[in-house]
Amino acid sequence: MRGWRTAVGVVLAGVMLFPVYWMVNVSLTRTGDLRADPPHWFPWNPTFEGYAAALGQQLPALATSLFIGLGTVALTLAVSLPAGFALARLRPRGGRAVDFLLLVAQMIPAVVMAMGFYAIYIRLGLLNTVPGLIVADSTLAVPFGVLLFRAFMAGIPGELMAAAQLDGASTWRTFRSIVLPLSRNSVITVSLFTFLWAWSDFIFASTLNRNSDVIPITLGIFRYIGNNTTQWNSIMATAVIASVPAAFLLVLAQRYIAAGVTAGAVKD
Amino acid sequence: MTSTRTAAALARPAHRAPRRPLQWTALAFLAPLLVYLLLFYAYPLYRNIELSLHDYTPRAFIQGDPEFTGLENYRAILTDGAFLRALGNTALFTLGSIAVQYALGLALAVFFHRRFRLSAVLRALFLVPWLLPLIVSASTWSWMLASDNGVVNAALRAFGIGQINWLTSPDTSLLAVTVANIWLGVPFNLVILYAGLQNIPAELYEAAGLDGANAWQRFLRITFPLLRPVSAITLLLGLIYTLKVVDIIWIMTRGGPADASTTLAIWSYREAFGTGQPDFSPAAAVGNLLILIAFAAGLVHVRLRKETP
Repeated sequence: MRGWRTAVGVVLAGVMLFPVYWMVNVSLTRTGDLRADPPHWFPWNPTFEGYAAALGQQLPALATSLFIGLGTVALTLAVSLPAGFALARLRPRGGRAVDFLLLVAQMIPAVVMAMGFYAIYIRLGLLNTVPGLIVADSTLAVPFGVLLFRAFMAGIPGELMAAAQLDGASTWRTFRSIVLPLSRNSVITVSLFTFLWAWSDFIFASTLNRNSDVIPITLGIFRYIGNNTTQWNSIMATAVIASVPAAFLLVLAQRYIAAGVTAGAVKD
Repeated sequence: MTSTRTAAALARPAHRAPRRPLQWTALAFLAPLLVYLLLFYAYPLYRNIELSLHDYTPRAFIQGDPEFTGLENYRAILTDGAFLRALGNTALFTLGSIAVQYALGLALAVFFHRRFRLSAVLRALFLVPWLLPLIVSASTWSWMLASDNGVVNAALRAFGIGQINWLTSPDTSLLAVTVANIWLGVPFNLVILYAGLQNIPAELYEAAGLDGANAWQRFLRITFPLLRPVSAITLLLGLIYTLKVVDIIWIMTRGGPADASTTLAIWSYREAFGTGQPDFSPAAAVGNLLILIAFAAGLVHVRLRKETP
């Protein structure tokens, strides 16, 4: 039997993805059938009322999340690309200390960061603002970005850079015209993760933006659950819609994801 | 005056010139990161330590005139009855999560290490739980584990098991959030361990096969020992990540019922943001304890890595 591994793999993936299936199933279930016992294993009479309600109410939140995600990606790249290049290529004094700081930075719980940001934002008037959330969300990604860019850029052949320098290119020019184009894959990886983390962030949104009219989708769903314990089809429909970017990126950039995680974490 | 300056200018390049210009360039490229770390990590962290050493009432928080209390917040927390409970919950949640998700991730990595039809597609599907927003996964699990009409209880009923109040009973709420967290953590473990497996030379397995080693012996003698460094970093990252978890637990149980699923991170979050009455000082103290725990784990890891060849 050659196919047994495939068969087992399909079963395992099915078990793993059951919650995702269930989310989609509930999102299509009619309100009257939600309390059915036993539950309906398939959406026999699918309804899109959940999706209609979700789109009707959560569209602005989705737009906000998109905007926050893109802003966070821009900020993260601006900070971590040059730093990764410096650490990989320019061998600065104290480079090891920076490595250590980045490791420690990843150990700080988001709750602690949230309290610190809250205390600062309340003074600066950044509470309940989108820029404030972009800055806070970027802290989830910057250490990861620097470490990943450093690992990637260390692998670019030194001759390419040496040749550019011989032709009289400045370090900045070498960075811009040689290193950045070659780093495209790692830029995609970091942007992908940064966007997903910002899109999924709940802690910063729930602490730094909770009294705002402009809320991201995670907070939108959370409030939805709080105000609405019966319309689980609408809640799950919103959840499905909020998952679309993840699904989309997964299909589009699958190979970058695996490469990114491993480059960032396993570097012995 | 001029001569000394020239002399100094001449003397310095003699032993530093080749590195000097590059050092400034390096610093220029690092500057955004250094400023960033200072403003958005060091300063919030400093504010947090400051919060924990004062008695910040909501009024003092706005007016900025809190009373300095030294380590009083820490003393209060360590002697609070809730502390041991939260510490125990944190240990159960964290160690339970990383042990199970590591074991499952490793088993799956070994399974997918052999090429077979659809293996790449199936392996990609395993990433889905990890990429979904936590609020999505957590609310889905809440609905699945609901007491009356959750699908889990419905399935258990088919086996004659009566209703379990997963999220609302103090006996099971910690287990329920741990299961959800394990589900979220398996993909990460799978990806890293799978990459680690790919770095083990195939010849080793061939040689072992020639020597008549069976699959289990090959796993025990080759895979597991050679995977040790990768396993160590996987477990460390899992530990650091799991210690910090707030969203899943908060969304599913809010740490309840009666603190049954309150971890240190949840305790901190609740004190600061979970009630209408923010109490930042004790919350900051709990948060700082969490950092110390994560840091200690990091040091142990570095230590162990130095000792293993």
